[in-house]
Amino acid sequence: MAKKLEEIAYPASPALGTAKRQGFWGWLYQWLTTVDHKRIGLIYMAIGIFYLGVGGIQALMMRVQLASPENEIFTGNFFNQLFTMHGTNMIFFAAMPLIFGLFNYIVPIQIGARDVAFPFMNALSVWLTFFGALLLNITWFFGDAPAAGWFAYVPLGLKELSPGPGMDFFVLGLQIAGFGTLMGAINFIVTILNMRAPGMTLMRMPLFTWTALISSALVLFGFPPLTVGLFLYSFERIFGGIFFDPALGGNPVLWQHLFWIFGHPEVYIVILPAFGIVSEVVATFSNKRVFGYPTMVIAIVLIGFIGFGVWIHHMFTVGLGAMVNAIFAVATMLIGIPTGIKVFNWLFTMWGGQLRFTTPMLFAVGFIPTFVIAGVTGVMLASAPADYQYQDTYFVIAHFHYTLFGGTVFGVLAAIYYWFPKMFGRMLHEGLGKINFWTMFIGFHLTFFPMHFSGLFGMPRRVYTYNAGVGLEFFNLLSTIGAFVMAFSTLLLLANIIYGFTRGEKASNDPWGTGRTLEWSVPSPVPEYNFAQTPLVRGLDAWWLEKMEGKNRMPVAEPLRPIHMPSSSILPFIMAFGVFVAGFALIFHHYYLTLIGLGILGIAMVVRSMNDDEGYHIPVEEIRAVEGEGS
Amino acid sequence: MAAEQHATTGLNAGDRLRLGLASRTLEGRNKILGFWFFLGGESILFASLFATFLVLRHQTGDGPKPEELFGYGLVFVLTFLLITSSLTSIFAVNAMERGNARVTAGWLGVTIALGLGFLLLQIYEFYHYVHEGLGYTTSAFASSFYTLVGFHGFHVAFGLCWLTAVTVQVVQNGVNVVNAPKIFISTLYWHFVDVVWMFIFTVVYLMGSLGV
Repeated sequence: MAKKLEEIAYPASPALGTAKRQGFWGWLYQWLTTVDHKRIGLIYMAIGIFYLGVGGIQALMMRVQLASPENEIFTGNFFNQLFTMHGTNMIFFAAMPLIFGLFNYIVPIQIGARDVAFPFMNALSVWLTFFGALLLNITWFFGDAPAAGWFAYVPLGLKELSPGPGMDFFVLGLQIAGFGTLMGAINFIVTILNMRAPGMTLMRMPLFTWTALISSALVLFGFPPLTVGLFLYSFERIFGGIFFDPALGGNPVLWQHLFWIFGHPEVYIVILPAFGIVSEVVATFSNKRVFGYPTMVIAIVLIGFIGFGVWIHHMFTVGLGAMVNAIFAVATMLIGIPTGIKVFNWLFTMWGGQLRFTTPMLFAVGFIPTFVIAGVTGVMLASAPADYQYQDTYFVIAHFHYTLFGGTVFGVLAAIYYWFPKMFGRMLHEGLGKINFWTMFIGFHLTFFPMHFSGLFGMPRRVYTYNAGVGLEFFNLLSTIGAFVMAFSTLLLLANIIYGFTRGEKASNDPWGTGRTLEWSVPSPVPEYNFAQTPLVRGLDAWWLEKMEGKNRMPVAEPLRPIHMPSSSILPFIMAFGVFVAGFALIFHHYYLTLIGLGILGIAMVVRSMNDDEGYHIPVEEIRAVEGEGS
Repeated sequence: MAAEQHATTGLNAGDRLRLGLASRTLEGRNKILGFWFFLGGESILFASLFATFLVLRHQTGDGPKPEELFGYGLVFVLTFLLITSSLTSIFAVNAMERGNARVTAGWLGVTIALGLGFLLLQIYEFYHYVHEGLGYTTSAFASSFYTLVGFHGFHVAFGLCWLTAVTVQVVQNGVNVVNAPKIFISTLYWHFVDVVWMFIFTVVYLMGSLGV
């Protein structure tokens, strides 16, 4: 019986729901129902770029307020709302979706797979992220926004001091997006461990894929404490439970622990992929294998591991005792070692290489010294006694913007310029790209470098103004000018993307000429099924190896045969919508509506569970037609 | 020979047949591996809830204290029901590996019945405590107790729905490579819920009733 069922016959025609529909609604429906990892990756990236804009505008408003002393434009609680929403949007809805989008698009192709392990769950992840971000950001339309900082310290964020619905939007929005992120992480781990092409051993995986694996592991073990923290937060605010309020016997430090046990790994979740991107870009444009590949892998794993043992450095001034502070200070400094290894490996990769300073390479090379500055101030902050001085000043702001902007954003920009031709089959404009890099690089340092000084001169974080005549005017004015330079640069990026879509030069398989990994062996843009035949991997930098032997295609591990694809489905969108309705209703205590929202989720889950997706096959003739076009 | 190997797994047909029914397809192996990682995340989730409870359990305020509330009788029955249901779910997986759909569905049914008994008793238990004066908002101890044990109870309830859906599929379609991984991971989940209960028994009830 079981043997027979081994070979279940799949229908050869597209399953119901994928039938071609016309016009705008057909186009929209295709995107809402997609389970293709590449399209889902692009949706993630669109979400990320949108909220990068939203968070950026909020940052500009703060810089306008701080441009001159005793300004009265955006003051008081509104300023608090601005920095809270800026931080939350940038971390959760700009950095994370951009990173997850790149994982989604690139990782399966880099390991020679046709999709992720769970395509359906992948779609659910992206829609949960979408609706979580939406729920948090519609808070403005209900007359209130969270104002307790992105780490929402208690009791400031509790009912008594934040009576409006803003904090409820914050807590539930993050919770919903967090579920999506968690599912995404499991998906990437399983994809990377189970779906690699024959010959793609772990130590032959591209470094970007390695960072995807370790980042996902950090999400898997880092997000649950946040999930619990947010549950407790919402139960305290909505149902009157007692967890954090010290007046009633709760413990405010408990929230700080739960938040930072998540919060510190989060920093590595968004920086490790940037390391991976830089490793790929530097190797490609040096035309050399990355220097010290095994040490790069070990460094990534070590950073991920030690990253779980450093969260107290966000709490040095809470008063947990000298011994605790000392242990976590040393652990924090330890992270500098693997990070230093990576920096030297990038430099040695470039040493003696055939360097080409294209736009992605410029961003990658700009990343290296910027991130070194971030590391240096990081070690300064890690020494607990000195931290009492830096605590809550602009010095801290300068430090983490050097890691998150100079690190993650520069990395992501390098990735966008590097992989855009692969995603859309067209090149971005190099000249415009270079102007984009230089304005971004100069604007960035102009904004954040002076903050080291304004911080050391005593300017406190999260305060909407400062006095004249205490030596802060000049540095703040520089920061504001720099912020506008960066805003201009972002507009250049958007212009370049529009140019790329409409007039960009057509890209071949391997448009940079020196691509090393598997994604450069398939047509640009990548066909729906990624690989017509699963490739056989013969070493690190698989595609480069074949090129060095004079071949122009990968050896294959299977004959050309019909390719099985999962059917698209609207269910993930409906499920995420149900959760959104439930969260929204909970904020306004409409419990029956909450039950309806959860009911939508439940019914969709049962429908999914009861109907096995048989998928469909792409026939050989169609593959031949597509591949013929591509080459 | 390379050509006979499966494209993405490197396993040949003979190797695949030696694997258990649940791990015979790539989809099945993906589900099982992914589920183990999910349980890893769940462990951290419950660890955080336990930490919360341990931090707050002495903050009883004016409300009842744990040693005044907890008795062994009810908790013994709860523990007995849940552990037995774990055993019966193992019988179900054994029957599945033998390809016997009717026995699989039968043992899954017994598992569901025992789990349902647990859930109903727990609802009664909460009802009882509320009557004793321990409301959700009475004290930090009450909130953290109801949240930890309630989260576990929610997991039991979710597990029951899931096992029911799986049982229906076994009854409809028999046992095959498509639903074998589902049966396997739903019972994995059930064991996990059981293990968490062992910690709740120790940390909440045993330590609570002894007043440690």
